[in-house]
Amino acid sequence: MDEHWSVAAHRHFTAAGVRQVAYVPDAGLTRLIERCREDNAIETVMCATEEEGIGLSAGAWLGGQKAAVLMQSSGVGNTINAIASLITSAHFPLFTVVTMRGQWGEGNPWQVPMGQAVTPVLEAVGAKVFQADTAEDVAPMIEAGLRMAYSTDQAVAVLVSQRVIGSKIWVADKKEGGQ
Amino acid sequence: MTGYVLHRREVLAAALADRGDTLFVTGLGSATWDLASLGDQAENFYLWGAMGNAAMIGLGLAIARPDRRVVVITGDGEMLMGLTSLTTIGARRPANLAICVLDNERYTETGRQPTATGLGTDLAGVAAACGFLKTATIRTETESAGLGALLLRTQGPVMAVAKVVDEALPMAVPPRDGGYLKTRFRIGVLGERAATLP
Repeated sequence: MDEHWSVAAHRHFTAAGVRQVAYVPDAGLTRLIERCREDNAIETVMCATEEEGIGLSAGAWLGGQKAAVLMQSSGVGNTINAIASLITSAHFPLFTVVTMRGQWGEGNPWQVPMGQAVTPVLEAVGAKVFQADTAEDVAPMIEAGLRMAYSTDQAVAVLVSQRVIGSKIWVADKKEGGQ
Repeated sequence: MTGYVLHRREVLAAALADRGDTLFVTGLGSATWDLASLGDQAENFYLWGAMGNAAMIGLGLAIARPDRRVVVITGDGEMLMGLTSLTTIGARRPANLAICVLDNERYTETGRQPTATGLGTDLAGVAAACGFLKTATIRTETESAGLGALLLRTQGPVMAVAKVVDEALPMAVPPRDGGYLKTRFRIGVLGERAATLP
């Protein structure tokens, strides 16, 4: 299947009835964000920090709508108290797609500590983590993750590996490489 | 910092006397006790944690329920922690959302330490700069007479900051089980069947 994972991800959002998508942009999320923005059935909400998306998702659910929150791995660090204190405490569903940095082939040392901490930190606050290491993993994990989050009232995160989205190449005096 | 005359619960009680089917979200601490002191009901979603997130919960709810008025009641410390959400709400401009900050310039729950709103930050000014349609800072009895209309009937997003006396008030404790509050609210809004069945 040559289809980009973002196309299948958006299809699963639609099938599951996702109506609100909060995001903080990341290069690896560009196509998924664009597909959601072009979809009149989905309200996209650009957030200034990832923590906002956690609140938006809970508010959507209070009003009867499902949401998805899209973020880069660095942003997971901004969400932890909101996930622990709101989502886990009050048994809200939460579904998030996290594009990873700081792992496979990372060239920026400042990305590594948070990237490596994503899984243990999310698990510590009660989230279930699905790790997508290949492009083929992503769509079924999004489908299963959405179902689990909204059937069992808990936080589920699908981590899209840097192996899927590609690593930035950093070379002195050259334009930065592909994302 | 001193010289304020408005009392938070009196101002709130008068403003919300005809709340109708308005949906409420409260920021943790004083704002939760304040709304609970007016009487507990399903359409009140009280936060007991998640500091900084009240306004965004209000936004998600306002988008999901464009047919209903959504009012976020919070304190100055909670709003300062979620200040970025004003940029997000200003960009999205939900017509049915109003935020009311009961601003005593104190982190009341932790020992009444000063907040930045007593040291220069003008929350209504911040909201106006973020694109809120209507903003107001309320300091007098006369000004407070308009608070109900601002919160319940003025096209949003609205930011109404009421400068209130720093005073010790009895806690009015609502239910604290988050799962219960969430499900009770959803049943109130969606009906029991839609709120509880898959």
